[in-house]
Amino acid sequence: MTMKTPIKLLAALTLTLSGSMAMAFEPSGKVECLAPADPGGGWDFTCRSVGKVLEELDLVPRSVQTINMAGAGGGVAYAHTVSKRAGDEQLLVAASTATTTRLAQGQFQGMDADMVNWIGALGADYGIIAVSKDSEYQDLPALMDALKEDPRAVKFAGGSAKGGWDHLKVLIAAQDAGIENLPRIPYLSYNNGGEAMTQVVGGHVDAFTGDITEAQGFMESGDLRVLAVLSEERLPGEFSDIPTAKEQGIDAVGPNWRGFYMPADISDDAKQYWVDAMDTIYESEEWKQVMKQNGLMPFHMSAGEFESFVKQQIDDIESLSRDIGLIQ
Amino acid sequence: METLNYLLDGFGVALAPHNLMFALLGAFLGTLIGALPGLGPANGVAILIPLAFTLGLRPETALIMLTAVYAGAMYGGRISSILLNIPGDEPAMMTCLDGYPMAQKGKAAEALAISAVASFMGSLIATIGLILLAPLLARFALTFGAAEYFALFVLAFATLGGITGKNPVKTIMAAAIGLMIATVGIDNTGVQRYTFGVLELYEGVDFIITIVGLFAISELLFFIEARAGGGKSEIVINKLKLSWKEIVAILPTSFRGGVLGFIAGVLPGAGASLGSFISYTLEKKVLGRKGYFGEGDPRGVAAPEAGNNGASSGALVPMLTLGVPGSGTTAVLLALLISLNITPGPLMFTQNADIVWGVIAALLIGNFLLLLLNIPLVGIFVKLLSVPPMYLLPIVTMVAFVGIYSISNSAFDLYFMVAFGVGGYFLRKLEIPLVPIILGLLLGPEMEKNLRHALDIADGDWTVLWNSGLAIGLWSVAILGLILPYLVGPMLRRRMKAGTETRD
Repeated sequence: MTMKTPIKLLAALTLTLSGSMAMAFEPSGKVECLAPADPGGGWDFTCRSVGKVLEELDLVPRSVQTINMAGAGGGVAYAHTVSKRAGDEQLLVAASTATTTRLAQGQFQGMDADMVNWIGALGADYGIIAVSKDSEYQDLPALMDALKEDPRAVKFAGGSAKGGWDHLKVLIAAQDAGIENLPRIPYLSYNNGGEAMTQVVGGHVDAFTGDITEAQGFMESGDLRVLAVLSEERLPGEFSDIPTAKEQGIDAVGPNWRGFYMPADISDDAKQYWVDAMDTIYESEEWKQVMKQNGLMPFHMSAGEFESFVKQQIDDIESLSRDIGLIQ
Repeated sequence: METLNYLLDGFGVALAPHNLMFALLGAFLGTLIGALPGLGPANGVAILIPLAFTLGLRPETALIMLTAVYAGAMYGGRISSILLNIPGDEPAMMTCLDGYPMAQKGKAAEALAISAVASFMGSLIATIGLILLAPLLARFALTFGAAEYFALFVLAFATLGGITGKNPVKTIMAAAIGLMIATVGIDNTGVQRYTFGVLELYEGVDFIITIVGLFAISELLFFIEARAGGGKSEIVINKLKLSWKEIVAILPTSFRGGVLGFIAGVLPGAGASLGSFISYTLEKKVLGRKGYFGEGDPRGVAAPEAGNNGASSGALVPMLTLGVPGSGTTAVLLALLISLNITPGPLMFTQNADIVWGVIAALLIGNFLLLLLNIPLVGIFVKLLSVPPMYLLPIVTMVAFVGIYSISNSAFDLYFMVAFGVGGYFLRKLEIPLVPIILGLLLGPEMEKNLRHALDIADGDWTVLWNSGLAIGLWSVAILGLILPYLVGPMLRRRMKAGTETRD
């Protein structure tokens, strides 16, 4: 308990300092959350659910207003935040692995990850690789062996575009399994995970790549067999019988995290306030409830740790995309 | 049994007070839109889509309101057919044949009431058909792979002529325009097409903006051109004297009309106009000399109304189960579904069960509301027919702008909407139909994607496209759909025309 006095002292000092120089940041008036897609999608959900918890925990003075700004897979909102909102300390923007994927592949023309402040992530949906119940493949190594023999032996269906996150998950696993000629692996892109899964269940495409929450319906009905989940450890609850890729000897991890960035040029105080808010939300009962109801898995990072994670992920995706010829 | 449980849950959704209120509002506005000559159901739904966004409705509420508008427009079309001899929309054309003579004989109120009952019957039968058929077809949809979907889309395009086909060249032009607009954006493989480095174009052109621009804004321009003058002089209708016996007399006719209409609706491309035409012609054949068709026979009013309302519910079947619209209005509803992040198809019946079954239940409830609106309250609509457009126009304009802006808060979308409105105005002046444009825009990307997928799966072997019985069947129907309108179409139109002329 000897540590306590210096901290107290420091706290008192900061308080007097900030009292005399500038008030510590606290949001006043309207707080906005920008969802870079139409209502109903993942980013919209991130904004609305976090906004609600922020209100319940009294971390914002009034309400959090969700604004939808669709376009270019988040690019329109990113450009808006960079060019028009710099210095805005009351604006959160929803982001996910889709954001880092597009940044890595240079799809937000002339913009990069340094142009915004990465605040924190509040949960993740983990990638899965699944087949129909009638498929010959019983585990992930069997499927990978078939690909080793002939990269066109297994065709994958997913909800993201070619080169998007669902496609990359397959490639991350295949790369680790030692498969050469990654660009030859067929990936068919559908409008969303549901459509892709229907094709796999209907027996038209061999395997499904997507997130675990998407697959819940077909998993329960027994039509879909999940070969592996791309998480560090087995997932909790009802998903605990699904083996990870890691325990099958393929070191592939693919979290689709959900989090936020903020505009550039905000004060350190403001940034600290929102980083702390992310930590408070993640610890709260209210947020645990939201995560449980929506199948979000544990995943939390904030401030510096999150920023370096984002940059690492962008580097990884960039080099992978380069390897498979998606970008030059 | 499962279906029944889903349906009961659906009633739970549809009977929630706010959903019921919006169903009523939709039914009212729909009937009004149907009644105004020139404003068809597709335009009506397009005009009211922004209202759903303006009010920030939840997906199921928005869909319930707009399907009620759709059903309402089908009811409303008959009002001006009967009173003014001007069909409120194309499917109501056949209703003029016996409806107007009835009105001339001083039996306008009876004609309106009979047609409302027939509409109710037709719609009821078709909705029951939808409830029975849709889940079966949804399960069947699992057998559709990429090749089969591609053939299905070809079929949808091949039958376009049946939907709008006065001038085949213009129909093809319109579909091509739609396909061209659909190529804008980042394609399936990550290549940019016609984006010119504009971020807003990366995801392509938004369906809803195109639809509201092409239909609603161009409609406004037409109204302005017509000098937005005064309304029609007020119409007085007689007091209703309708016996139970007279209603019973038209029930068999309504039943036959409803069944035929439903079948016509389910077939892609046929649509409501064909439904009402077939029902009327069949009725004439069945009753032969016993009727006095063309001179104000109540059954001549009942048959086409049951037919077109049956077809309108029938057209929902392929739209909900396969994502392929059976008519122009269902194409507009499909665009709405997509913009609400709901993908039609087999999965929707389980994943979005509350929405699908809520909408179906709302269709049943809406029917009762519409019957109520259309018999005791029909006077209101007759009065509204004479409201000058100068009061309606500013409201519609405001709703369109606020609604589109509230989707993504971007002024860019508004410019686009206005540009499409002006484009739509000129296209309509050139008599180029708008529905094929929408179909091209909606179905083009899907068709392209499925072709790519089919070839990807087969490692580039083209024969995969006709490798299954189902695919061959779809190709055959597509070829039939392409040829038949040229053989049967002129004949049908001649008959329709002959029918209209003999009456005068």
